[in-house]
Amino acid sequence: MSSASRRGVLSGAATLAFSLAAPCVIGQARPQAVIIGGGFGGATCARYLNRLGVAVTLLEPNATYVACPFSNLVIHGSRDLASQQFGYEALKREGIVIVPEMAAGVDADARLVRLASGTTLPYDRLVLSPGIDMRFDALPGYDDAAAQIMPHAWKAGPQTLLLRSQLEAMRDGGVVVMSVPANPYRCPPGPYERASLIAHYLKTHKPKSKLIVLDAKDAFSKQKLFQMAWKELYPGILEWVALGAGGKTTEVSVKDMVVVTEFDRHKADVANIIPPQQAGSIAVAAGVADKSGWCPIDPVTFASKLRPRMHVIGDAAIAGAMPKSAFAANSQAKVCASAVALLLRGETPASPKLLNTCYSIVAPAYGISVADVYHPARGILVDVEGAGGVSTLGASSEVRAREAAYADSWFKTISSEVFG
Amino acid sequence: MTRARATVLAFLFSMGSACAQSPAPPGALSCSGCHGAAGGEIPSLSGLSADEITEAMGAFKSGARPATLMNRLAKGFNETETRAIAQWLASQRSSP
Repeated sequence: MSSASRRGVLSGAATLAFSLAAPCVIGQARPQAVIIGGGFGGATCARYLNRLGVAVTLLEPNATYVACPFSNLVIHGSRDLASQQFGYEALKREGIVIVPEMAAGVDADARLVRLASGTTLPYDRLVLSPGIDMRFDALPGYDDAAAQIMPHAWKAGPQTLLLRSQLEAMRDGGVVVMSVPANPYRCPPGPYERASLIAHYLKTHKPKSKLIVLDAKDAFSKQKLFQMAWKELYPGILEWVALGAGGKTTEVSVKDMVVVTEFDRHKADVANIIPPQQAGSIAVAAGVADKSGWCPIDPVTFASKLRPRMHVIGDAAIAGAMPKSAFAANSQAKVCASAVALLLRGETPASPKLLNTCYSIVAPAYGISVADVYHPARGILVDVEGAGGVSTLGASSEVRAREAAYADSWFKTISSEVFG
Repeated sequence: MTRARATVLAFLFSMGSACAQSPAPPGALSCSGCHGAAGGEIPSLSGLSADEITEAMGAFKSGARPATLMNRLAKGFNETETRAIAQWLASQRSSP
């Protein structure tokens, strides 16, 4: 043992005497967790770990978080972006240290996070909740610059407002084209909620217009519910083109405002291109992403399968049957925080159960949902048999209105739990 | 960090966290994603007893109590798991 580490042990012994006298104050012996990303996953995990007695540093470069759930209502024009924005003051008040910087890399052996500024942060456990990055190399013609003309609006903020303003500026009789990627991507039912709400906006304000949804899939989340609603509410306005019907986007041209598929070229007045995605770039830099671009994890602890003492939660993780949703990230964050606290104490976490609920708004006062329960089996997260499912087909308008109200209530509760 | 320091740290943390709650039973941590303070459209669980929560979950599971969504979630838990969640939720009432 070196003299330096001997001093560490001695000072630890002094802290032990102190901690016995005041069991809730652990002082310098508190283990250190660093969390990368202050979204629904990271901010939840920060709060739960902090409450479990772990010293938490949260790396988040943005002072304000802009939530994606409900941002389709901003595009629809029925919600302000301000209602999507949250700060980190409550987390700071609880003693969580917020470092407003990007993580640039991780040294797994030294257990250090390297910041963009060059400084380093030591950790006992690292939790990565980096969300997604757009794959600007995946679709010919679509890069960061193209996204300023054909917004993806798949990270809420300026992109959301850009798509909204383009819809507002469009002439009646215009054509809106949406491009939807293959799985996996953030928020599986999100494109179809957006299509519904854009169709509602067109029907209400620009009824001669049309929305074409070009899809790289033949099947999607809550499909029957969406399609029944579209038939009832948006006939002649919303046209969904499945993969099998040539729906996969192969190229875009911002110069010509054209979206190219295997069979066709669609001239657009407004184009919303949701490109293929991958885990946020720090996941790759830290070595926790595999060649799919996403992060394999242990389903009990969310520990990375590729790097020791690192955990990955939220959209970046390969979470088996769990979708990439805010609810899932929140659920995973709590399970991960509990597991990390136990692992830091040298204990073994028990097998968890996790939930997901995703509401989609198809029209004002018309909500539908998918919900499920998950548990680890055969090394991945799978559905608990017999549980879960989607809203009843053919339910009354009163039930749809209640689900829309529950959706609103859910957003208030979860955003308050995470940021409030 | 050396192994010795890590061991001491884990020991100190386990001693120091005597005030920490015992781990929540499987599934229990997810409830607060929807069920928050009183007054929201989704009912608050605050103030409900373990028996009340267990009974409600049983009724959602059997279909005796109409629901939009809880029927689908209640089916993911057996009676022992449901009771454990209910007891844990009821015990949280005094803490935030």
